Amino acid sequence: MPRHNTSVCGACLNDYVVEQVKRAIKDHTMFERDDRILVAVSGGKDSLSLWDILMRLGYDTAGLHIQQGIGDYSEESHRKTVAFAQSRGAELIVHSLKEEEGAGVLELADLTDRSPCSACGVMKRYNFNKIAREREFDVLATGHNLDDEASRLLGNVLRWQEDYLAKQSPALPATHEKFVKKVKPLYRLAEREITAYAVVNKIDYVIEECPMSVGSKMLVNKEVLNRLETDAPGTKQAFYFGFLERQKQTNLSLEDEKIQSCTRCGQPTTATICSYCRILEKVKTAP
Amino acid sequence: MRVLLQHPRRETEIKGPKTVGQLLKRLELLPEAVLVLRGDELITEDEALKEEDTIEIRPVISGG
Ligand SMILES: [Zn+2]
Repeated sequence: MPRHNTSVCGACLNDYVVEQVKRAIKDHTMFERDDRILVAVSGGKDSLSLWDILMRLGYDTAGLHIQQGIGDYSEESHRKTVAFAQSRGAELIVHSLKEEEGAGVLELADLTDRSPCSACGVMKRYNFNKIAREREFDVLATGHNLDDEASRLLGNVLRWQEDYLAKQSPALPATHEKFVKKVKPLYRLAEREITAYAVVNKIDYVIEECPMSVGSKMLVNKEVLNRLETDAPGTKQAFYFGFLERQKQTNLSLEDEKIQSCTRCGQPTTATICSYCRILEKVKTAP
Repeated sequence: MRVLLQHPRRETEIKGPKTVGQLLKRLELLPEAVLVLRGDELITEDEALKEEDTIEIRPVISGG
């Protein structure tokens, strides 16, 4: 992280962060100047910083916030996302699970015997994609950073989940007419650098963690990687960037996966009925 | 010095550390997993600390 003696230089940090994002966009041909970009915003440091950077670079963006219905945490996330959008005069789409799906993440998890994170993941992926397509955005951008990607890679490698390894990329093309292209413009930046960007630019984000993430595997993997990073700076980057280099050289292809239309909702899925519809079925039949 | 911590949000009084690096060691925190603020200023591990300082330690790792 750029520093001046013993304090972090805000102007240098901003230059550095913006340069890394520009490079990510260019290296993976994430989007063009005139593309409409839907930014998934949770109200956390990563997504709000991403939205801020893309607006700073002059891109045509709108935010999409999913209200998960996880008590005070979700209320505060919603409040801070709305305040951020208003302060910048930016367009924000809000999708409430309680209103649209009839139940929040915790109820959905209860009804389906899934973990809250699994239910939340299905709801987010489905709605991000569907809303992006319906509203004719060219691309969906998420705030995943280097730590997110490196820890996910570590998890996938530890269990040798090769099908997931093929899919782990900073830019996923739309492999079906109903899929939107998905990109992660922050993948070159460490979580610490993005948090510093948010602090330096006085972005008012939710500091509180999602109460469901306590003790998650993701957090354990991140901690392990940060221990390695402390011992040998550059480890996270070498691990993830090295993977991307090797991925380019091999023929890990997405096209082997058979994607069809869900017989209920018509959205793309690898099953006959998609996970979203299977969850919603439980909501409808709940007493 | 007064130290503000998060997750959960709390304040504590710590005596002795002369630098940010020493303070993090005392709290058993990894430098890579936090940011350290004095007022609005982001400070690095080598920064000297005084007993009258108020320091905020901001975690950077989220589990989402
Ligand atoms: Zn479906």
